[in-house]
Amino acid sequence: MEDALLVFDRVCMRYHQESGETAVLEDFSLSVRRGEFVALLGPSGCGKSTVLSLAAGLLRPDAGRVLLRGQPIQSPPAHMGYMLQRDHLFDWLTVRDNALVGLRVRGKPDAGQLARVDALLESCGLAEFAHAFPGQLSGGMRQRAALVRTLAVEPDFLLLDEPFSALDSQTRIQLADEIKQALAGSDRATILVTHDVSEAISMADRVVVLTHRPARIRSVHRIALEGSPMQRRRDAQFRDYFDRIWKELDVHVQ
Amino acid sequence: MYNESAAQKKYLAGLRHKKWGITAARWGILVVFLLLWEALARLGVIDAFLLSSPSRMAGALWTLARTGELWLHVGVTLWETIVGFVVGSVLGIALAVALWWSDTLCRILDPYLVVLNALPKIALGPVLIVWIGSGMPAIIVMSLLVSVIVTMVTVLGGFLGTEPEKLTLLRSFGASKLQCFTMVVFPGALPTTVSALKLGIGMSWVGVIVGEFLVSRAGLGYLIVYGGQVFKLDLVMAGTAVLCVLAALMYLGVAYCEKRLRARRAHA
Ligand SMILES: Nc1ncnc2c1ncn2[C@@H]1O[C@H](COP(=O)(O)OP(=O)(O)O)[C@@H](O)[C@H]1O
Ligand SMILES: [Mg+2]
Repeated sequence: MEDALLVFDRVCMRYHQESGETAVLEDFSLSVRRGEFVALLGPSGCGKSTVLSLAAGLLRPDAGRVLLRGQPIQSPPAHMGYMLQRDHLFDWLTVRDNALVGLRVRGKPDAGQLARVDALLESCGLAEFAHAFPGQLSGGMRQRAALVRTLAVEPDFLLLDEPFSALDSQTRIQLADEIKQALAGSDRATILVTHDVSEAISMADRVVVLTHRPARIRSVHRIALEGSPMQRRRDAQFRDYFDRIWKELDVHVQ
Repeated sequence: MYNESAAQKKYLAGLRHKKWGITAARWGILVVFLLLWEALARLGVIDAFLLSSPSRMAGALWTLARTGELWLHVGVTLWETIVGFVVGSVLGIALAVALWWSDTLCRILDPYLVVLNALPKIALGPVLIVWIGSGMPAIIVMSLLVSVIVTMVTVLGGFLGTEPEKLTLLRSFGASKLQCFTMVVFPGALPTTVSALKLGIGMSWVGVIVGEFLVSRAGLGYLIVYGGQVFKLDLVMAGTAVLCVLAALMYLGVAYCEKRLRARRAHA
């Protein structure tokens, strides 16, 4: 518990609307360690995105606490990366300017930060598109640019909300590899929201399966696979994990 | 740059051909129209006293230009329109920003905006004259009144059309409301804003001309009304033609800015 970076401590969360209130999280507890990669799997509408919004400091829990390094999160933390399903690149800015958006919110990027962004663009194969506009890029390229924008602020922890689901299957596997590579060796914590079981197993150290709304933790699966997402997919044990987790999901669909 | 294939060359040639044809047809319509008008007037098929003719219009214009009256009228009307348009646009955009900023204010004022938007602003003309007096200020106020509401409503629509997730993304970086506005909402709504300006410029013309109809001693609106009163239809037609050209030029100016903007953005 002491090296936990991000802790959800018996969190309750409801949305209030004129038509009624929706209980989304009920007594939700989860802790993510430094360097750990956690995947959240659950049916759509169960509250996965809400978990990330809480971690991002965009929402406040109704009860319970969300802690970052032991401190309650009040507003979006400085070293956080948040990636959404769609890239949301600004089409009036070049790829490089898009990548700099997060830094610019915090002021004028210094030479070191600029150099690092250029290096990130380079490593994502975007160097030659740095001065192109997002309209000229393919879906995979755009999501890579969004990844660079996320990593540019040097996040300690990453919140990935189905970042691959708008991509074709080949691109998503490729991008999964690239993201894991970008994270390798760092002690960043990552929470990935997905409803793709294979994706969760191929990337995460721990897969957390959620119930229907209000979301509770249904089961937790420690994934003892090594290597890149691609290598993991080829592992003999991959199928076993898949079947086990698939059953979990299947059960509560009915 | 590359070796174009013969088929590509043929395709491009066809394209150019078609473009030429369209331009020629456009001018052709105007020329045929003017020639026909002139001919019918000369042959006495139509009454040139009531309907004027291109040559009589040209004559009237020439006289006006020589005495310098034309430039006075054009100058006055242009000035009123530009001031009305600029002030109306700035005010409209500023109001849109205020309404975007405060959701409560927006909801409180919503019914008033609906009524103001629906109201033919021209109807306020007589009231304005009483309040402001008959003269240029009243005309300018009229012009900006006609354009300000439509500009505000259109621009506000653009602001409110910002994807909520883009705002979420920016707020996750710690952006303030002001930063959200300057970094996403405003640049994202720029194309809509330019469209609003295009609408606004037409509205400003309406406001100015109606204003000049009601009260004025100079301006194209005045010239047209005066011509009508003294039954100099040549003057009416000439004034209208000048108005056409000026309004079209101003519209093209804004449209050109819009095109530049889009080209810079899409660049695809
Ligand atoms: N701002 C909101 N206001 C009201 N209800 C919401 C809001 N955001 C999400 N919800 C509801 O809360 C539930 C959980 O949403 P979400 O966390 O986005 O689910 P997931 O990401 O797992 O699909 C959904 O049923 C959704 O309709
Ligand atoms: Mg979601």
